[in-house]
Amino acid sequence: MASDALLFYLFGGVTVLGALAVVTQRNPVYSVLSIIASFFGLAGLYVLLEAPFVAVAQIIIYAGAIMVLFLFTVMLLNATREDAAEWDRSHPLYRPFAVRVGGVLAVLLALQLGWALSRTSGLGVPIDLDRPAVSSVQELGRVLFTDYMFAFEVTSILIIAAMVGAVILARKRDE
Amino acid sequence: MQGIIEILTAPQTIAYAVIVGVVFMGLQIMAAVMVYAERKVAALMQQRYGPYLVGPKGLLQPIADILKLFFKEELRPKAADAFLFTLAPIISVAAAYLAFAPVPFGAPTTFFGLLDEPIKLQVSDVNVAVLVIFAVASMGVYGIVLAGWASNSKYSLLGGLRSSAQMISYELAYGMSLATVVMMAGSMSLTEMVDQQSGYWFGFIPKWYIFLQPVAFFVFACAGVAETNRAPFDFPEAEQELVAGYHTEYSSMRFAMFFMAEYINMVTVSAVAVNLFLGGWHGPFVPATYGWIWFVIKLAFLLFVYLWLRWTLPRFRYDQLMSFGWKVLLPLATINLLVTAAGVLYFGL
Repeated sequence: MASDALLFYLFGGVTVLGALAVVTQRNPVYSVLSIIASFFGLAGLYVLLEAPFVAVAQIIIYAGAIMVLFLFTVMLLNATREDAAEWDRSHPLYRPFAVRVGGVLAVLLALQLGWALSRTSGLGVPIDLDRPAVSSVQELGRVLFTDYMFAFEVTSILIIAAMVGAVILARKRDE
Repeated sequence: MQGIIEILTAPQTIAYAVIVGVVFMGLQIMAAVMVYAERKVAALMQQRYGPYLVGPKGLLQPIADILKLFFKEELRPKAADAFLFTLAPIISVAAAYLAFAPVPFGAPTTFFGLLDEPIKLQVSDVNVAVLVIFAVASMGVYGIVLAGWASNSKYSLLGGLRSSAQMISYELAYGMSLATVVMMAGSMSLTEMVDQQSGYWFGFIPKWYIFLQPVAFFVFACAGVAETNRAPFDFPEAEQELVAGYHTEYSSMRFAMFFMAEYINMVTVSAVAVNLFLGGWHGPFVPATYGWIWFVIKLAFLLFVYLWLRWTLPRFRYDQLMSFGWKVLLPLATINLLVTAAGVLYFGL
């Protein structure tokens, strides 16, 4: 449908532009806001894919919870604008080191994308709609605790390990 | 072209537009009514008269207030971030309105036979309604935090920081209590949840979830009051310590927008509580098509409880707020969730 394509480009545009704005902004608060806009674009794309639960989870967890913490930290540390020193007024992204590393990463990404595209049977081929879609919450829960049980539990262990690590790193030494 | 006109003039479309308009204007009017009710209830509890000069019994006071706010000067501190300073109240109000969209407020109706098919009394019926409300409500915090930051004033910043800390702390318990009820109902659609609460036990006790889940209701009520930043959890705007918290630097309609958002959020939280715990539009003596009357009565009662709390309880201390959220509410909600899960699994509640 035409409106679907229109919405796809709208949400895709918001996602990409938001992500770009995150790295090009000098003010960290604006970066946080840009990434929230990007997450909203992603959520819109999920809705177009008929996965409302994933869309809402995206907003609750990423845009709602995690980014509030980001904003909280940015404000608490009172991170100032990334103004360069007097002798170097260029944007941090234009400095030699950043350009070189970014260039290598960009080439890798392009290679990967080309490889992935060469492996698909072609663009514009509709996905198999006969496959049972996992969109309802009940179905998602069932799949998560049967077929993907192992991956699910391993992820939770990983998250707990990360959390314990963060607590230990942040703890004040007593001695 | 012909098709578009046909769609636009279809009775369903018009009925839909009417519902959207009713919800939009209704929320606005509720905010005005709440301003009046707040002052009258406060006066009642403090043995004063409250507003009584403008109109009979002071009933026109909210209109006078709104007019006054319209004509006040818009001030913006020189050091403020101009863009975010303007954006913050817009985010607050937009999130407040949006959160009401998936809330049903009555049984499906044909508008006294005007329509061929009954239409649902809600703006948008999504099958993950509970989560949508939760998600949009968690967006509202950005308005407050950004207002605090963009004002470039220490009181505002402290208010904003407090607000984000408070929201993060209470959102978990809020979500847990929602999850408990979702588990009981086996659905995330508010309409379905309300329909499961129709009927009576022993012929006179209504089958409301508040009787099955008193703990979840308690947690939901506490977290709901905290999420809307109302006393005794009104830290972001604690007058005695922070002047006016996050909206210290705001004036005129921008200031009014924050207040509108606060009152609309109260209405939404109360409406969700009515739907989840108090049986929505089901009640005795009234035919199902007039169920919204019961809905409004229950909503009004919960809103009165909000005001009652504010003028009865003193504000918590900040450390009390945090320890209450993390050490009392969250464990309580988690245990309740586990017990309910076991109940649903083994006894098929």
